[in-house]
Amino acid sequence: MTSFEPGTELPTQTYTVTRADLVRYAGASGDRNPIHWSDRVATSVGLPGVIAHGMYTLALAARALDTWAGGPGKVRELGCKFTKPVVVPDDEHGVEVVVRGTVKNVTDEGVQVALEVTCGDQKVLGMPKAVLGV
Amino acid sequence: MTVEASLAGRTFPPTEPYVVTRERLVEFAHATGSTYDGGAAPATFPIVVAFGAMTALMEDPSVGISLHRVVHAEQRFTYTRPVVAGDELTATLTVDTLRQISGADIIGTRSEIVDADGRPVCTAFATLMHRGEDA
Repeated sequence: MTSFEPGTELPTQTYTVTRADLVRYAGASGDRNPIHWSDRVATSVGLPGVIAHGMYTLALAARALDTWAGGPGKVRELGCKFTKPVVVPDDEHGVEVVVRGTVKNVTDEGVQVALEVTCGDQKVLGMPKAVLGV
Repeated sequence: MTVEASLAGRTFPPTEPYVVTRERLVEFAHATGSTYDGGAAPATFPIVVAFGAMTALMEDPSVGISLHRVVHAEQRFTYTRPVVAGDELTATLTVDTLRQISGADIIGTRSEIVDADGRPVCTAFATLMHRGEDA
């Protein structure tokens, strides 16, 4: 169990995303937009290639929160802007998404966590943050 | 084409009840590299139910949205309790705000997700950006 004090930097979580993950997520979430599995469609709308669902990336942030909180079901608030796409190459290596978290405040409402979610040197989510009931 | 101006403040009918099964939760957790331990659903799972409400909004011919012009710009959840297997969830979507910024419609939606007894589970706030013809 992590200790939550304002200023605490939570252990960085690194996740790999592959095309196979996106196909599974499309099925599990019901979001079958072809920009998440077809290079042909993705490039036709001006994207560099197939991109991860924004909600997939936010789900990875939630996964990090579960790890820090010691299990699922502790998230009271979670949100972000979808600012930059996570481009996922068509190979077996995929791409790495890194989730960092810092405790901002601890109140009666819970533990406020400021997140930073990056792919390469780019922040892919805008102002991602959460409140944990721990 | 822009979105119908009277859209702001409009509430859409509730979605059909979504029965949360253990299998669905296992599948969702695995898709994001997690494991499902039999208890609380992954935090972003309610998007599955909210997505149904958003799809109904986007496909409603009276609204004037072209699906291929929509970008999911922002998402936020507040939770009353975690989703668990056995829940029967419905989402009721309200368009809270509608703004035009440089040729795009910015649609602020709120989906109230409740259980079979009508008790609140989660609220999903989604901002959708609908690009105009020239944007």
